[in-house]
Amino acid sequence: MSSPVPAPTGARSDVEVLASSNDTGYRSFRAGGFHFQRDAYFARVEWPGGRHVMQIDVFLRAIMRDVSWGFFYGVVNFDGVLGTINHYGEVTLFAGRFNEAYRDAGRDHEERFQSPALMAIFKEMLNDWTNEGYDPFAAPMETGVAWGHKNGFNTAAVERQRVTATRMVSLPDDTPLRTDASGYPVNRHFADVPQDEPNVEVEPGFEAEVGAFNLFAYLSRSDVTWNPSVCSVVGESLFCPTSEEFVLPIEHGNDRVEWFLQLSDEITWDVKDKETGKPRARVIARAGDMCCMPADIRHQGYSTKRSMLLVWENASATIPDLIARGEAPVVPVKF
Amino acid sequence: MLTTRFGSLQDFQKGGVEPIDDDPKNYVFSNLFEVAGRAAPYARTAIAKNFQYVIEAVRAEGTSGWYTCAHDEFALCMDGEVEVHLIKLSRPEDIAEVGSEGARRLADGMPEGRKMGRVIIRRGHMALLPKGSAYRFQAAHPSALAIQTLDGPETLHRWADICQTTAS
Repeated sequence: MSSPVPAPTGARSDVEVLASSNDTGYRSFRAGGFHFQRDAYFARVEWPGGRHVMQIDVFLRAIMRDVSWGFFYGVVNFDGVLGTINHYGEVTLFAGRFNEAYRDAGRDHEERFQSPALMAIFKEMLNDWTNEGYDPFAAPMETGVAWGHKNGFNTAAVERQRVTATRMVSLPDDTPLRTDASGYPVNRHFADVPQDEPNVEVEPGFEAEVGAFNLFAYLSRSDVTWNPSVCSVVGESLFCPTSEEFVLPIEHGNDRVEWFLQLSDEITWDVKDKETGKPRARVIARAGDMCCMPADIRHQGYSTKRSMLLVWENASATIPDLIARGEAPVVPVKF
Repeated sequence: MLTTRFGSLQDFQKGGVEPIDDDPKNYVFSNLFEVAGRAAPYARTAIAKNFQYVIEAVRAEGTSGWYTCAHDEFALCMDGEVEVHLIKLSRPEDIAEVGSEGARRLADGMPEGRKMGRVIIRRGHMALLPKGSAYRFQAAHPSALAIQTLDGPETLHRWADICQTTAS
């Protein structure tokens, strides 16, 4: 894959799969001026004027989310240095852009790409760097290790598609329920979650409109962590519940307000300033707690016991324009 | 075996915002069980708002009035057991105009239309409240719902009463 001609808009599309290392067996990759290389323990990233090292398991868990979420909303910080900004059609790959020390020293660097080009090279990298037996979506205690030299692939794991119901899970022609038979056993942390289904009595002719399902049972069977799936849709209002264990692999700097309804157990959220990374608050969320993440922060969550979280997003296509004009609210409610 | 901790109207442990360099009001932090537990039956209190969209906390107890809506809504049962009755209105636009936002309460009495069905939801169950239908809740014991909808005439805004305003 190589496309050296810059896109007419100015966004780059020059990405390249490079040769495999005779030493480690892993390929290297280039996206514009960024160069990516992995070894047994680390991802090593270089760009004009700088370089960075990340633990490979941390890097793979982060890039897995960025790929699966299509660069998500706003900023996906892989760590305090590296990350992406979604412009919805184009995407910025940056180093130090949201790090006060890098910015103050003028050491930050960013390049803007056509989204399909960067996505393609990220997918190639994720697939090549993920060995057989390691699943970047799984909780650490439920998968193998990321370390070592090249040892096969886990393509099925890294090519999972984000579940997106069009109206509600379980309705006819919509996302199906998870069952043992469909390959979704109850997770070890949710063995006590009731699996009963609602009582649904439908009069003839209304099969598409009368429906209900057990969301908690559905979540208890999720095989991934920190991966919101759309389960019900009201216009642009998306209920995106997810199961969480260990740590959110990225610091998410959303470009819009995002809401969390804690459905079970407990998550601790570290909240930092979106631009500088300075700590602003810690939020302890327990079952029934509702809170928002303002649009000018980045957040990262921690969950020891696997928990259920309902992420509530507004997917309106008008929000990026409102953001660009500075008209999108940073905080959703003033009181 | 690990115990999964869900909350209920009678038993919840609220977390909170621990500010380091911020105003806790920016996080609009509340607890659904606390809000529903303190509200009148079937009062629809907004606990989250994102432009025109809201999530309402509702205490289901006894029988509600009938509601309708020009768009889909969803009810997630967070505690107890709630029965939902559904009727296909013959002229829903007379009550909720096409394009209108949020639920409308119907006049007392049985609405005119065909019976669509009946759903009984318990903790963790989610039900579709389809657009153009009339729906009514019934709960023998106090129960709690989260409703995914739009801000409408039935939505109550009591942010200063329900949200954390100082350091926890």
